[in-house]
Amino acid sequence: MTGLLPPKNVRNLLLAGVAALCAATTLACGPSYFEIPIETPIQPKLDVSAFQRVLIAGFVAGGTDDVDANQETVRLLRSQLRSKSSLRVIDADVMALQEIAQEQSKTTAPETAEEAPANHESSAAPAPTQASAQPEHASQPLPAKIKEEKDLEPYERLFANTSYWKRIGEEYQNPLIVTGTVLFMPNSRSGFVSRDVEQIDGYGRRRVVPVRQYLERKGFILRPKFVFIDGRTGATIYSESYREEVLYNSQTNTPALSSYFELMDRLVPNFLSALSSQKVRGTRVLLK
Amino acid sequence: MFSRVAAFLVFIAAVSTTPLYADARGDAKAQVAFGIDVAQKGLWREAIYRWEKAAELDPTYAAAYNDLAIGYEHEGQLDKARQAYEKALELEPGNAQIRQNFELFKEINDRTATAKERP
Repeated sequence: MTGLLPPKNVRNLLLAGVAALCAATTLACGPSYFEIPIETPIQPKLDVSAFQRVLIAGFVAGGTDDVDANQETVRLLRSQLRSKSSLRVIDADVMALQEIAQEQSKTTAPETAEEAPANHESSAAPAPTQASAQPEHASQPLPAKIKEEKDLEPYERLFANTSYWKRIGEEYQNPLIVTGTVLFMPNSRSGFVSRDVEQIDGYGRRRVVPVRQYLERKGFILRPKFVFIDGRTGATIYSESYREEVLYNSQTNTPALSSYFELMDRLVPNFLSALSSQKVRGTRVLLK
Repeated sequence: MFSRVAAFLVFIAAVSTTPLYADARGDAKAQVAFGIDVAQKGLWREAIYRWEKAAELDPTYAAAYNDLAIGYEHEGQLDKARQAYEKALELEPGNAQIRQNFELFKEINDRTATAKERP
């Protein structure tokens, strides 16, 4: 009854023992890595502690008539700042900066040569980019219709006009002023696009095969430039430019306004990170 | 006879030093595990303290530096986080998980750095 077990049974017992040991070790040690969500706080790019209020003044905008990029950008940024920044947002009429720049250009054009030194004296340390850009664009005529990027370049001198912005700052009790340019224009592109297609072979196995296909697509490009001006001095303290684009299948009929919001949605966190600290959510792997 | 004695002495030396390393790694592992537990409960400062201790106990323990880097990242101490990730990768250059964490970190860190450099 208690004789030796046959060799086959011994082997099976040994295998079962090893398997049990492995399972016990795995359970005892647990997993060696853990996914964990984290929130990385990002400090604001600008020190806005000197300001209690912010004025989103307006934008020189163009590209398409389907969307009033000036009105929409002002409205969107104000609402975002109201909920995500400690600065008080000033409710004021949206400034028609394109017209203002053209008026300034009419009044200053005959006197430019004489007044140039006086203007420099009144400028309170403009940002280096602005200072170097000013002479370049100073003599260019302002296009009445903004269709593309180069049409916006002459308008840069408006942001370098420190006396004008200082005056606006005084009017609103020295806030931080946000202005700039917004170009929102239609875009179309055609060419070969690679996309993955699922195929099932003769044995019923699924395969993903890349397929190149000629497509005609249309969409929009959004190119905003945000200029931050110190309302106390009228000087530009910071500026940043972005470019986003979206393309749809040519059969898709997406309204321009919805594309505008889709593109602005991608940029808003970057804009907000200039003024207030943001938290970037992500996942990392902790190791044992 | 001499070779047997030599082999025995080498064996004794190896056996006697192993527990020192094993103890340091064991203690560090315990700190790391505790840090993970508290981090999962949202107690990141305590977790950082534990991971710092683990790295101190065993400076060759890559996981401790990886976890420490994540802790620093969560607390917004981005310079310290970068240093810790670099140390972790120096210790285990082939560790894909550390590398992936570091890549994700760099994506955020570089974005803010370039933004700050802009005029």
